[in-house]
Amino acid sequence: MSFFSKFFNNEKKEDLDKGLEKTKTSFLGKISKAIAGKSTVDVDVLDELENILVSSDVGIDTTVKIIERIEARVARDKYFASELQNILRDEIVQLLAENNTVDLEDYSLPTEEFPAIILVVGVNGVGKTTTIGKIAHQYKKQGKKVVLGAGDTFRAAAVDQLKIWSERVGCDFYSKGMNTDPAAVAYETVEYAITNKCDVAIIDTAGRLHTKINLMKELSKIKRSISKKMETAPHEVLLVLDATTGQNAIEQAKHFTAATEVSALALTKLDGTAKGGVAIGISDQFKIPIKYIGVGEGMEQLQIFNKRAFVDSIFTGTPQE
Amino acid sequence: MFESLSDRLEGAFKTLRGDGKLTEINIAQSIKEIRRALVSADVNYKIAKEFTDKIKDKALGTENVLKAVKPGELMVKIVMDELVSLMGGQAAGINIKGEPAVVLIAGLQGSGKTTFSGKLALHLRTKRNKKPLLVACDVYRPAAIDQITVLGEQVGVPVYKEVENKNPVEIALKSIKYAQDNNHDVVIVDTAGRLAIDEAMMEEISNVKNAILPNETLFVVDSMTGQDAVNTAKAFNEVINYDGVVLTKLDGDTRGGAALSVKYTVGKPIKFVSTGEQMDTLDVFHPDRMAQRILGMGDIVSFVERAQEQFDEEEAKRLEKKIRKNKFDFNDFLSQLAQIRKMGDLKSLMNMIPGMSKMTKNLDIDNSAFNKVEAIILSMTPQERSNPEVLNISRKKRIAKGCGQTMDDINRFIKQFDQMRKMMHKLSKSPGMAGMMGAGGGRNRGRRR
Ligand SMILES: Nc1nc2c(ncn2[C@@H]2O[C@H](COP(=O)(O)OP(=O)(O)OP(=O)(O)O)[C@@H](O)[C@H]2O)c(=O)[nH]1
Ligand SMILES: Nc1nc2c(ncn2[C@@H]2O[C@H](COP(=O)(O)OP(=O)(O)OP(=O)(O)O)[C@@H](O)[C@H]2O)c(=O)[nH]1
Ligand SMILES: [Mg+2]
Ligand SMILES: [Mg+2]
Repeated sequence: MSFFSKFFNNEKKEDLDKGLEKTKTSFLGKISKAIAGKSTVDVDVLDELENILVSSDVGIDTTVKIIERIEARVARDKYFASELQNILRDEIVQLLAENNTVDLEDYSLPTEEFPAIILVVGVNGVGKTTTIGKIAHQYKKQGKKVVLGAGDTFRAAAVDQLKIWSERVGCDFYSKGMNTDPAAVAYETVEYAITNKCDVAIIDTAGRLHTKINLMKELSKIKRSISKKMETAPHEVLLVLDATTGQNAIEQAKHFTAATEVSALALTKLDGTAKGGVAIGISDQFKIPIKYIGVGEGMEQLQIFNKRAFVDSIFTGTPQE
Repeated sequence: MFESLSDRLEGAFKTLRGDGKLTEINIAQSIKEIRRALVSADVNYKIAKEFTDKIKDKALGTENVLKAVKPGELMVKIVMDELVSLMGGQAAGINIKGEPAVVLIAGLQGSGKTTFSGKLALHLRTKRNKKPLLVACDVYRPAAIDQITVLGEQVGVPVYKEVENKNPVEIALKSIKYAQDNNHDVVIVDTAGRLAIDEAMMEEISNVKNAILPNETLFVVDSMTGQDAVNTAKAFNEVINYDGVVLTKLDGDTRGGAALSVKYTVGKPIKFVSTGEQMDTLDVFHPDRMAQRILGMGDIVSFVERAQEQFDEEEAKRLEKKIRKNKFDFNDFLSQLAQIRKMGDLKSLMNMIPGMSKMTKNLDIDNSAFNKVEAIILSMTPQERSNPEVLNISRKKRIAKGCGQTMDDINRFIKQFDQMRKMMHKLSKSPGMAGMMGAGGGRNRGRRR
């Protein structure tokens, strides 16, 4: 290993030191200086805000970013401490607004083209299959013709699970069985959707940790095989994140985006006590809108993401439902 | 975004080194760095605070960091030791005495309960010589019974199920009777995922527990869990007073602060870790590895394991032999480079090596560094590649020309290669290295993921 350390050692040492310099000055210190004498907001209040954010899994980096925005705003105008929470909420909503220009009004398809193809990806156990069932249900309710593609051919009983969802929803189902090539399943699901004049096809994939190179390559291949059948597809790549996940979700977003150009996020399990704050930073850093939230295991327990409600739940401590 | 704690501390201590004064204020600053590092690793923020308060006392007390020659190093050591002692303690096995012994599995949705149940069944059957029975008590999730049935087949353990019955208490009770009648000595009861705040579901699991009085109740928690781990661990503990914790999905790159949060909050031992989707990926908990992981100080063991996944055994054995004989050559080096590339993102790999994150942090480690080295080797003749000793000045000049690099580049590389070779040779003679080189890494055989 000493070989590697030497080989990479000589350059850019200065950058490294500079980076450290920056993290060393505490942002709380900076803010309290910035607002000293300008209002009644004091360090305790800011500390409290930091705690709220950090305890909601917002993460240090995004917390710093949010507090810096507040710092700028407080420097401009004067505020009372009691108003600070509201300002904070505003700022987070603003931050989210920068990627989610508007919260969706309803469950509209991601494209005008037919069939619309949606590919669903994410790490193990986050709720991909369940979310697919819920979305299909919403489309179905609008009278759309939906097909679910059983692209998880690996995990025990994954095909059965999706099949049961398709029966619940009352939509079409396409599968080649377990242990078949998921790229082929994806391709043929698109084909099925075209032949059978479906409005939308939603393709499930096996959960995979983003660190598994081969599995991530497999995912890219699945996506490519979809495009092979329909050039403009997939029209949406939905990354499912579990709200109970901490900072690792950032790494997930990074690698799944690299492998499949994720275009929307779904945040599940918000009916629990976890706040899913990490999604704020992800949405901001990768400029991907949060589209849906999952609030239970039932078919109806999907909601369109609403910035204000999401941020409020961080502050009020009540789970969403 | 994650820099390792040692980097942060070195930074914090560097400034003071300049004017030679180490003060309590500096300590406070480094304490803050530690706290942030912990929170970034998903340790609960309140626990991170309590933990660092304790560290501060230690640093200023008996261990006195202020007087240390290398305060950063000492500080890291204090933190490490404290983490290991917090997460470690008595290594606890599971209680499988009983006729039959009953193991109850519980946890949040998707945490890995069913997968773990299968792994535990396999472990008990093959390593502990037991005759386990798996029980399908998840009556809610679509295809839950199919899933555990498939896993049961995979591990060669029968599954008790009642497809029409929606009452988990009844199913669990009857499974025990079935086990007694069929000579099963351990019963593993897999239950549905549930939220700690779902009162009806928590009452259900409590009823199951009271009915079957398990010898061992295990709480399964996803190692990627964030701040909420504390709430969930506590709430489940209040209801089912579990005996131990199972930490899943540690095969990823999560820092795993939840391990500390859970242990700190409920004080129950972490009895198993789950490191993959395959049934043979079950491991005992290593507090020291976990501490390193949380602190971002690299996880050399995981690095090696990851390497093992990619390296084929024959090749590893062949290499080990060569290293032992000090015959490692440029061809071997080339094939190692190719292997490493297969392992994936270079930077994240390098970060698993202790001390490495410092060097890689702001570097753009793409494969170009590798390309340079490769170009050098590819400009060598076959003879030179297999006999590094023959490289003399005129040969080096030719190589430099061939690959378009300077003599300095060539010399530096060859020197480094030499050092590496020596080090590897030395290491290969120390005990424990044999395992690291992948020989006997049988547990990764035939694994798809
Ligand atoms: N409480 C709650 N549970 C959920 C939600 N979404 C999914 N789940 C549950 O989480 C568990 C895992 O869901 P799946 O849909 O199987 O997750 P997945 O991502 O498809 O899993 P793999 O395919 O195994 O990677 C199931 O028990 C679901 O019922 C949600 O919004 N709230
Ligand atoms: N990479 C990896 N995946 C795992 C591990 N343990 C479980 N999984 C995967 O995580 C997903 C969920 O696992 P399950 O065993 O179904 O989880 P569960 O807790 O039984 O889920 P519910 O019954 O729906 O609450 C599946 O895709 C598993 O293959 C692990 O240690 N590593
Ligand atoms: Mg699934
Ligand atoms: Mg299960």
